[in-house]
Amino acid sequence: MKILVCISNVPDTTTKVTFTDNNTKFNTAGVQFIINPYDELALTRALEITEKQGGTVTAINVGLADAEPSIRKTLAIGANDAVRINAEPIDAYFVAEQIAAYAKSEQFDLILTGRESIDYNGGLVGGLLAEMLGIPSVNVITSIEVENGVATMERDIDGGKEKVSCKLPLVASAQKELTEPRIPNMRGIMAARTKPLKVVEVSGDLITSATVGFELPAAKGGVKLIPADQAEQLIELLHNEAKVI
Amino acid sequence: MILVYAESIDGNFKKSTLEAVSYAAGIAQSNGTQCVVVSIGHVDDAKLADLGNYGADKVVAVNSAKLVVFNAEAYAKAFASVAAAEGATVVVVSNTYSGKAIAGRVAAKLKAGIASGVISIPYTSNGFVVRKSVFSGKAFADVNLTTAIKVLAITPNTFDTHTFGKTANLTTADGGLSDADFISNSVEISRVTGKIPLTEAELVVSAGRGMKGPEHWGIIEELAQVLGAATACSKPVSDMHWRPHSEHVGQTGITIKPNLYIAIGISGAIQHLAGVSSSKVIVAINKDPEAPFFKAADYGIVADAFDVLPKILDAAKKLKAAN
Repeated sequence: MKILVCISNVPDTTTKVTFTDNNTKFNTAGVQFIINPYDELALTRALEITEKQGGTVTAINVGLADAEPSIRKTLAIGANDAVRINAEPIDAYFVAEQIAAYAKSEQFDLILTGRESIDYNGGLVGGLLAEMLGIPSVNVITSIEVENGVATMERDIDGGKEKVSCKLPLVASAQKELTEPRIPNMRGIMAARTKPLKVVEVSGDLITSATVGFELPAAKGGVKLIPADQAEQLIELLHNEAKVI
Repeated sequence: MILVYAESIDGNFKKSTLEAVSYAAGIAQSNGTQCVVVSIGHVDDAKLADLGNYGADKVVAVNSAKLVVFNAEAYAKAFASVAAAEGATVVVVSNTYSGKAIAGRVAAKLKAGIASGVISIPYTSNGFVVRKSVFSGKAFADVNLTTAIKVLAITPNTFDTHTFGKTANLTTADGGLSDADFISNSVEISRVTGKIPLTEAELVVSAGRGMKGPEHWGIIEELAQVLGAATACSKPVSDMHWRPHSEHVGQTGITIKPNLYIAIGISGAIQHLAGVSSSKVIVAINKDPEAPFFKAADYGIVADAFDVLPKILDAAKKLKAAN
């Protein structure tokens, strides 16, 4: 069982988002970067599967050298090896193309991603990657079990859940309930120093998009406070003033 | 030509589908081209024809026994084959779980640039630029798609439906599918009935740790039911298993954009605000006057939720009874 887990290096959830260079670049000053939380769940689930039935877990990231602390952390959590494709992750299409080029040469049985990255919220890499590899994709999974070359998964659908079975290989994207994240222990952190982290150069040159600028939402006009002893007024205001109920 | 994927559940189009059709019809109109809608799976002809009212010039139905249940590989292949046959230049899907399940696959097939979470029409004065939410709503990004074909996954409850009153031309296509295109199998589908799915809700009543325990959620559910709202919760509440994970809104949960978001006993941490800040009207009820939520809210009540909720519920019941 060979599992590939795709990792994004993203700003910590407590980050106050600001931009530089005339609102064209995300301001990384003072920002703590972490493994994208959904990718961390995908990684942990991959480890649980290989611990039970044998196999290896490879973590892959498309990013520059500054992503290496997060990649190294995947090794500390338990990945066997890691790959960094040395490029700025321009957009989902570019990232999927780079990972597809690598995955084609390695024949993975299962590829896991997070359901989206918490910075650009695209949620597209899994589907793009699966199509580029010509294999099925199942998104927003909350459980996965693998047996005899078949994966059985539960996924979120709009307004409910769906149970899906699919023969390997496939790409699946992790949703919150998949598992609980693992904190690396000291042995893992020591071992991570000597595990292989391969740096691969970019292949292909299809550029499909460019981010031309960012903007922060306009500040709210100020809260209208309703006295606690007249709380029932809220309903009247929502009906007649805000006109939302 | 602008092509739209018309998502259906059990033979019915969703509100987000009608929004997508009107959005695409608007783009088609301003470009002097046609809006073609693709429906996959079984939908009655009357419902297909009704899409003309929302702006469809033509509706292509792709249906077979195997397509009754959603399948990402097969649906994406059928949709992309119609896109190629019709010569689509812009492809529109809803930014829902099913929409996104096919969006990436379709983009890869068409070698098309793709943007998801789109909240604007395309601006074409300098390229093809759309605005999307990023950082779970903490900011917006303007993205220029530079390929010949573009795929847009548009955010539900962002664009209005419009009445175009067209008569749509109904046709069918086979989607170029064979048995080999159906690799994954849907084993079982369970939808929550009688409750409004959070991702599609126009009104949301949400509560946090201020409720002190899961046994106190009765009044939250009752208020939601009276208003016709969905229920949601903060991260600590779902982490403590007071409420299911599917109700968790915020940066690591669901990002929502309802018309009304009522936050009860939620302080308003930056991660939570990220997931709800695009709501049109926000109400915060919290006993701490310093709670950050009051800075993001339109209406606020500084009070213990247990003191004011009965009054609010009572007023909501009276309003509903009178209307």
